[in-house]
Amino acid sequence: MIRPSIKGPRLVALFILGCLLFNYPFLALFNLAVMIVGVPLLYFYLFVSWAALIVLMAWAVEAPD
Amino acid sequence: MLQGWVIIVASFAYLGLLFAIAYYADKRAEAGRSVISNPYIYALSLAVYATAWTFYGSVGRAAADGIGFLPIYIGPTLMIALWWIVMRKILRISKEHRITSLADFIGSRYGKSALLAGVVTIIAVIGIVPYISLQLKAVSNSFTILARHPGPAMPAMAGPVPVLQDTALWVAMILAVFTILFGTRHLYSTEHHEGMVAAIAFESLVKLLAFVTVGIFVTFGVYGGFGDLFDRAAAVPRLRAMLTPMEGVAGSYASWVWLTILSMLAIMFLPRQFQVTVIENTNEQHLNKAIWLFPLYLLAINVFVLPIALGGLLQFPGGSVDADTFVLTLPISGQAPWLALFAFIGGLSAATGMVIIETIALSTMVCNDLVMPVLLRMRRLRLNERKDLSGLLLGIRRWAIVLVLLLGYLYFRLAGEAYALVSIGLISFAAVAQFGPVVLGGIFWKGGTRKGALAGLSAGFAVWFYTLLMPAFSRSGWLPEGLMTYGPFGIELLKPLALFGLTGLDQITHSMIWSMVANVGAYVGVSLFSVQSAAETRQASLFVDVFRQSGEGDARFWRGTASAPNLHALLARFLGREGADEAFAQYARARGRPWPDPGLEADAALVRFVETQLAGVIGAASAHIIIASVAKEEVLPPEDVRAMLDEASQIIVYSHRLEQKSRELERATEELRNANERLQELDRMKDDFISTVTHELRTPLTSIRAFSEILNDNPHLDAAQRAKFLGIVIKESERLTRLINQVLDLSKIESGNAEWHNTEVDLGEIIEDSITATSQLFKDRNIRVVTDLEPGVPTLFSDRDRLVQVMLNLLSNAAKFCDKERGVVEIRLRRAADALRVDVRDNGIGISPENQQVIFEKFRQVGDTLTEKPQGTGLGLPICREIIGHFGGKLWVESRPGEGATFSFTLPLSVAERPRPAAAVAGT
Repeated sequence: MIRPSIKGPRLVALFILGCLLFNYPFLALFNLAVMIVGVPLLYFYLFVSWAALIVLMAWAVEAPD
Repeated sequence: MLQGWVIIVASFAYLGLLFAIAYYADKRAEAGRSVISNPYIYALSLAVYATAWTFYGSVGRAAADGIGFLPIYIGPTLMIALWWIVMRKILRISKEHRITSLADFIGSRYGKSALLAGVVTIIAVIGIVPYISLQLKAVSNSFTILARHPGPAMPAMAGPVPVLQDTALWVAMILAVFTILFGTRHLYSTEHHEGMVAAIAFESLVKLLAFVTVGIFVTFGVYGGFGDLFDRAAAVPRLRAMLTPMEGVAGSYASWVWLTILSMLAIMFLPRQFQVTVIENTNEQHLNKAIWLFPLYLLAINVFVLPIALGGLLQFPGGSVDADTFVLTLPISGQAPWLALFAFIGGLSAATGMVIIETIALSTMVCNDLVMPVLLRMRRLRLNERKDLSGLLLGIRRWAIVLVLLLGYLYFRLAGEAYALVSIGLISFAAVAQFGPVVLGGIFWKGGTRKGALAGLSAGFAVWFYTLLMPAFSRSGWLPEGLMTYGPFGIELLKPLALFGLTGLDQITHSMIWSMVANVGAYVGVSLFSVQSAAETRQASLFVDVFRQSGEGDARFWRGTASAPNLHALLARFLGREGADEAFAQYARARGRPWPDPGLEADAALVRFVETQLAGVIGAASAHIIIASVAKEEVLPPEDVRAMLDEASQIIVYSHRLEQKSRELERATEELRNANERLQELDRMKDDFISTVTHELRTPLTSIRAFSEILNDNPHLDAAQRAKFLGIVIKESERLTRLINQVLDLSKIESGNAEWHNTEVDLGEIIEDSITATSQLFKDRNIRVVTDLEPGVPTLFSDRDRLVQVMLNLLSNAAKFCDKERGVVEIRLRRAADALRVDVRDNGIGISPENQQVIFEKFRQVGDTLTEKPQGTGLGLPICREIIGHFGGKLWVESRPGEGATFSFTLPLSVAERPRPAAAVAGT
């Protein structure tokens, strides 16, 4: 009996996380006229959370079950 | 600046390099050492998603509304997280059914419907045309800009050009030739274009490198890094507003969300994405790396979009330069002509990559799913009798490539000038998004029918055409302007840009909402109210349950007659004689049969095998038609297919249940085994106990019997002797009685049947009474008794007689084992934290550590039982321990050999009795 892989559920969870991160109201929270390390906050937020999501996805598929 | 010929030479050199790479990869593939069969190349080939739109258009979009270009790249990142579930399934299905294109996939799913596949092809071609025109526009613009020195200019201001002097036409023609050379050199039975994929992966590297280089040049060369660039931008009021772009506009978030959804669908259903992701995939495992490498690529290529856009806006204020060209114009104005050339090559690679794959994918569709089914049905052509059809197939594909590119050029001439790059591309995205419901529904929902799919696709496509394509034509003057402003026939509710009065949204969001409502609604609605044919039911089951198939595919559904030589001849017409021989040999090998095999049976498996082979070349729908011409199929009634499917699924359910049952059984067996072991252990203990008890009983019985016999046999014994023997008999009888009492007592306590008469008792008093009772014993042995009883200890709720029994036992033990000469026994009573503690200490020989536990076991007496006569029954201490345990206390011994022993017990003050069986409770 092959155990169903945990990768599927993990990736679905990351998909849902991504949907939350890149959507209203999270976007609205960072949609401010503020600069952080010389970069607009929203721009900074989007790229950092995007990169974080990719790291998590890499971990989800590459980690052994 | 650069001469025109330099650019042309560089472009052709680049295309030549691509061709060399493709040639090398194809040679390697033929030698069986594939270069593309690794996850990195696979991930890079997926990056064909980034086209001239990304390379030039993103910057233009960013210059218009800041962060608004990003959903197009975030969407794929989100979607790809679901690929583990969705794409793995599509990959598996496509491998099983030898799917050759998206149209093939959809047609095959809904009963190998040629009509549906044709509709998909038409939608794909029409939908993709704007996208191809975008690439032509980008390449020709970039060429014009680069070649036109001294400075950058607005290409749109150049005015109309005669067709033959139009760069875009030349670009289209060169690309057509190039694609034909690339994709249709020969017919691939698997539709794997290894050389092409290798070239595309290389192009992905080039465009990423070029874009990032320009980004670094602008950010760190022209300006002093991100901080400096954003600071300067913030100083300009118009640009400052752009940095927080979604200022409370409700439509902004809506369009953000819809663009994300749109790109999620596009990454799966753009024909070229389907081609590289599914058709060109060589190994399912490659998906794992692609799931994070591809989003990483998208992230990397987007980091510098906003900086380049801001840099361009700062450099060329007032809109003097089209923002779509900043990637080129910034290096030009920055006096870096070679960088500009590199950027041009980057843009060229982005555009060519897209055009090559897209047109190959479309030409496969047009050939397999549009032209061939029609030709095959035209009996006048007698196609079925032609010896070799591979030339015809290649011809159709070549013409399809030219046609698609010409259509792209036409669109560019008609409507392309009026829109920015991204807006053109989004129109195509919205068109391919229409495939989403029928594909996703098709692989997860068995209920979707052919009629439903047709209805959904047509409805969605019609809405798309009406709300996106018609306005585009109208804008370029090809349709009357009044249609847009007043609606058809003056009906305001039907205005293409505000259908049913829906306003306040951008064009794409508006179109997506209505087309998706129409598409999903029609697909689901019609599916629910139409009946599947046998073929549809079968295909639905094969697609949805692809991971549960036994591997025999749909052979089990085929009933009919065919002949092996006919099938072989048929295959030979498409694959050539050698190809057909090889395929048949492979089939025979898999079944352990020789080849050639005159007795080869043309059974369902062989027919299915040949059909799959054919499907790999001409698509499922066409293959189905062709097979029908040589193999007479008995059409199974839908009920039969359904019954067979039910049977199969029931077997699966049964086997699941069976597995579950056997697991449960295993568990039960394990429990039983444990219980059995425990029982055996208990049984053994009982046997031991009984044999010990009988042994213990026999000793006194033997001596009673021996002395009784002596008395009986010798009536003349003298009185003194007689009295002595009778004394022994009495003593042994007493011992026997005591033993039996104790055995009964112990078994009662152990089984919980003992009677307990609990009252308030004073432990000090009990101790003193016990000492009094045993005082004769101590006196006889000359033992000094020392008591140290703490006065006023609390009373206990306990059984007085039992506690006396314990004390007597401990005291008599102390007396027995005390020092023979100067025996001292100390008895101490103390109040501990929440218990009373009693110690009985003697100064005898002590107990060795290994015996300290043993003495609490039944019938175990310490000492040399061979030489010494046992001094007790061996049950006293076990009984004491049971009694103390019953009242929640502890009985133990501390001793060192030669230093005496201390027996101690505690009794908790709040006596919580152990739970006992009901019988015992009734007894109290």
